[in-house]
Amino acid sequence: MNLLNYTLKYLAIALFGIISVWAVIFYVNMLDEVYDSLDDGLDNFKILIIDKAHQDSTTLTKTEFAEGNYEIRPISKNNALKIKDVHKDTLMYMQFEEDLEPVRLLTTAFKIDDKYYELKVISSMVEEDDLIEDLFYSLIWLYVALLASILIVNNFLLKKVWQPFYNLLNKLQTFRLGKDHSIEPVKTNVKEFKVLNDSVISLVNHTLETYNSQKQFIENASHELQTPIAISINRLELLAEKSEMTEANLETIGQVIQTLERLTRLNKSLLLLSKIENRQFEETENISLNKIFFNLKEEFSDFAEYKGITISIYEKAQLSAIMQKDLAIILISNLMKNAIVHNHSNGALDIEIDQRYFIISNTGTESALDKDKIFKRFHKDSGDKNNTGLGLAIVKAIVDLYGLSIDYSFDGRHHVKVTL
Amino acid sequence: MKILIIEDEADLSDVIQQSLEIENFLVETASDYNTALDKIISFSYDCILLDIMLPGGNGLDLLEELKNLDKSDNVIIISAKDSLDDKLKGLNLGADDYLTKPFHIAELTARVKSVLRRKSFQGKNLIEIGNLKLDPDERSLLINDQALLLNRKEFDILTYMIVNKNRLVNKTSLAEHVWGDHMDQADDYEFIYSQIKNLRKKLKDNHADVEIQAVYGIGYKLVQA
Repeated sequence: MNLLNYTLKYLAIALFGIISVWAVIFYVNMLDEVYDSLDDGLDNFKILIIDKAHQDSTTLTKTEFAEGNYEIRPISKNNALKIKDVHKDTLMYMQFEEDLEPVRLLTTAFKIDDKYYELKVISSMVEEDDLIEDLFYSLIWLYVALLASILIVNNFLLKKVWQPFYNLLNKLQTFRLGKDHSIEPVKTNVKEFKVLNDSVISLVNHTLETYNSQKQFIENASHELQTPIAISINRLELLAEKSEMTEANLETIGQVIQTLERLTRLNKSLLLLSKIENRQFEETENISLNKIFFNLKEEFSDFAEYKGITISIYEKAQLSAIMQKDLAIILISNLMKNAIVHNHSNGALDIEIDQRYFIISNTGTESALDKDKIFKRFHKDSGDKNNTGLGLAIVKAIVDLYGLSIDYSFDGRHHVKVTL
Repeated sequence: MKILIIEDEADLSDVIQQSLEIENFLVETASDYNTALDKIISFSYDCILLDIMLPGGNGLDLLEELKNLDKSDNVIIISAKDSLDDKLKGLNLGADDYLTKPFHIAELTARVKSVLRRKSFQGKNLIEIGNLKLDPDERSLLINDQALLLNRKEFDILTYMIVNKNRLVNKTSLAEHVWGDHMDQADDYEFIYSQIKNLRKKLKDNHADVEIQAVYGIGYKLVQA
């Protein structure tokens, strides 16, 4: 639900309440006014009839309403003195409507020549049920008209008013750290939007600054850490070349070199991981994953052969992805390498490629791995010293970067499914 | 053959120098921008190893200077920055090659020799050792003028071992050179042994003058018989 229609939801509820309350008050007030004016009319009528009775005594013989709207009855003095002017609602049979209809009735008493008479004057009334019905329908139409006009105003006028906001939102959505240099301010005269503009721009600039210094830090870390390790390895190699070395010494040097190489790999993996998580791989292209699988199968062929593992690729469809090419290769090669390393001799590595996913299945340990832990950093199931424990963490970071999903399952074989 | 190392890290510069001197090259070093600028203007070198991050200036500016002097074709950039931008800039300025730190000394030696070969043989790339004639561009090998067919990996291994002859080649360096970067973490690279074994057999059967020896725990060494 967008902002404009969101406000409409609340306005609809509020208007409903306001109109309902207003309807009741309006109805009561209107009815009050109607009674007031009817009663005034009846009082006026009363005076006219009494005046007429003084001049024309035949008037006093009109004891039935019939075609007129009053009746006069002689009454005793006692009764007459008790009567005060009373307006009240009553029902009377109407020939036109063929039903009892509400009328307003004024009962009063007067005296002519020491005789007392009771006078009843009627006036036809509004039909309340009809009035309520009319009012109800009018209000419904009013309500609908109000909502419709708000909707129209929202969508045409407010949309225009909020345009700078939506422009800014658009820019933020398409903004990519490391790719865009900053955000262009939107043109607006509204104070709040200007403040929003300034806040967004200062936030973006601050983020960019942080991002750049972090990037710088990673590059520096790479420079500071990898080179000393490499130099140590190089110096050991130069030492091993010296002719006076005994075989035992060479073996020790070899072990130190291997340890240092593990350190190099670990450092390299950590750098890669932080680079991925810092979104430093921005350039993407449309890549055929099938091609990468076949290339890597070729690259891994010697290694797989050495381990006695058969790699098979089942191509059900062409699968392509919009990714950074190196990351696509790292994603797949890490999974394949894992499937070869954690396998047994004469094992199998099967790859299934379909339109939306690929599955890498391999033989290996007889029990399932812990689904929640295998993608965590430094999680190691085997005591293999060559395993940095970062291979699958890198896979997960790449998967997250591109919004893919990855699943592990076990049914005697280990399956890793990556869905695009 | 005179080589200039422009590198501010004294340790790295020293290791490269020692290794290149074993190969009988004349090596000079410069550890900052101005020293390097003085040297490249005053002298002429067969190969220049250039670091991009230098105290006092940017290595790419030095490269620009070399390009103006028409001396940039024998430059190998060595940089800790694995940055495509720098690489493209460097190669556009005429650098011959780009090597990301950290690298194996054997890899550097191979690249340096490749630059030198192209320079001295007017672009003809031919390596002769004993009764072997190896053409890395044509990917052909002659032993006693008889062609010997090697598969891609055997050929790459032999080329790499020959340019590093009499030197100890770390098996990691060999694996990365021949099999690419995706082979790290792969079980101590024992799988490369089977390719070496095949290559050894082919060399021996064809009476080659060279032999690949194993150096226990570290790697291999190619020696001329």
